[in-house]
Amino acid sequence: MSETSHKPSAVAHAATAPTRRELYEAGVRKRSNRVALLSTLAVLGAIVVLVPLAPGWESVQRAFFNGRVFAATFPGLLEAFVLNVAIFAWSAPLIAIVGLAIALCRDTRSPALFPLRLFGIAYTDVFRGLPVVLVIYIIGFGIPGLGLPRPWNSPYIWGTLALVLVYSAYVAEVLRSGIDSIHQSQRSAAASLGLSERDTMRYVVLPQAIRNVVPANMNLFIALQKDVALLSFIGPVEIFRQAGVYKSLYANFTPYVGAALIFLALTIPATRYADYLMNKQNRARR
Amino acid sequence: MMAKLSLRGVRKRFGDVDVCNGIDLDVADGEMVCLIGASGSGKSTLLRCMNLLEPIDDGSIWLDGSDISEPGLDAQPVRQKIGIVFQSYNLFPHMTAAENVMLAPRRVHGHTRDALRPKITALFERFGLGDRMDHYPDQLSGGQQQRVAIIRALAMAPEIMLFDEITSALDPELVGEVLDVLRDLRQQGMTMVLATHEMGFARELADKVCFLDAGRILEQGPPAKLFTAPREARTKAFLSRVL
Repeated sequence: MSETSHKPSAVAHAATAPTRRELYEAGVRKRSNRVALLSTLAVLGAIVVLVPLAPGWESVQRAFFNGRVFAATFPGLLEAFVLNVAIFAWSAPLIAIVGLAIALCRDTRSPALFPLRLFGIAYTDVFRGLPVVLVIYIIGFGIPGLGLPRPWNSPYIWGTLALVLVYSAYVAEVLRSGIDSIHQSQRSAAASLGLSERDTMRYVVLPQAIRNVVPANMNLFIALQKDVALLSFIGPVEIFRQAGVYKSLYANFTPYVGAALIFLALTIPATRYADYLMNKQNRARR
Repeated sequence: MMAKLSLRGVRKRFGDVDVCNGIDLDVADGEMVCLIGASGSGKSTLLRCMNLLEPIDDGSIWLDGSDISEPGLDAQPVRQKIGIVFQSYNLFPHMTAAENVMLAPRRVHGHTRDALRPKITALFERFGLGDRMDHYPDQLSGGQQQRVAIIRALAMAPEIMLFDEITSALDPELVGEVLDVLRDLRQQGMTMVLATHEMGFARELADKVCFLDAGRILEQGPPAKLFTAPREARTKAFLSRVL
């Protein structure tokens, strides 16, 4: 969490002539860059040359990489993706809140609150142990099956609930590991000042714990963004479902490729950013 | 005269090791007591027992004549009266120096930041940190961090201060600035108990020096006596190694 990273200044010797060691290291670097470039080109070249030689390539190209279908369906897919983003946007804060609550339940020590602790353990065990799609089916079809009146039979509500249930179990576990990672001496220092356990958790432990697990939680939320597509099984016409509609309409799989590209456009930068945060944190710890 | 803080037969055991093995100690009001002894002789544990961070296994601890070591007693009010400063500072890294200091007075005494600011500014200035209040711990040197930790403990207006080898983690040139703070507190009449390796400092300022060995106070007395004419052979051996 140190904002001031002290980078060793590489320009210290810029004015003077390079040392023997610097010359040697520059040579090694140049050589390994050259090797990396050559091997990458060789692999790419092999793919470009060999794949079109496969017997089914022409039909695959027609079915999956059809420019005309791509152009016709892409705007519609993009529009459907807004729904994915919306579902994500209202699920994520709920997941953060429920995940925190469950993590705190699991961390209670008082015997009177033992039922809470038990609930926290059972909750994380159950929802981390079930496939997401199964929870979506059971909740998404089961609860509206009770014959609830509109709008309480909406698949949006129950699909969101399913996502929140599953993902908050994972977020709770990540947060708990963050809470455990805070050194005992921090709690000692807080206790020695006369702070209550509650205040120690709220002002000393949690702020540090949450900061420590931001990168790990980023990865969970990237997974959530993808799993929003599973809600298509219970009704909402989000991008995956929309791609299916186009597939039937054009008798062509290209819309799926379009949908994949749209997902990647969002998830790759997010993944890179999570990795960047993780690396930064590892450096700060060293 | 009744002692401010009294320990009677205090025992603390970690697993098979008797870290404190029947300790008797009296600290009078305004007195400065130094605990000396080799690493592992029980100095730190004894301090942690005094403000109830470690529950004692046997014996009793008395503060102003009341037993604070009774099992099940609420430790919070006691800890508010007995401040402790640790070897490794233990500042809260996500808060500025000023926030570190204000947290407990805000949460425990219910003061507002605005009400506290002038008081803690005075404390920071008194200890030469007037321009460091809004820095984060990792932007401060070890000596500065340790002074912030002392201010943090003082801000709760404790009646007794415990110092657990607070200069041991510091570079030699930073030790002086922290010891100056202790001199200042000594002049103000603060009751203090220090675990320390700074023999020169103990000799200069302590009212009483206790030599701990294997969880017992082997010998205690005024520094002039203990440092120049130790009674016990082990005390002599220890002092000849560190002086």
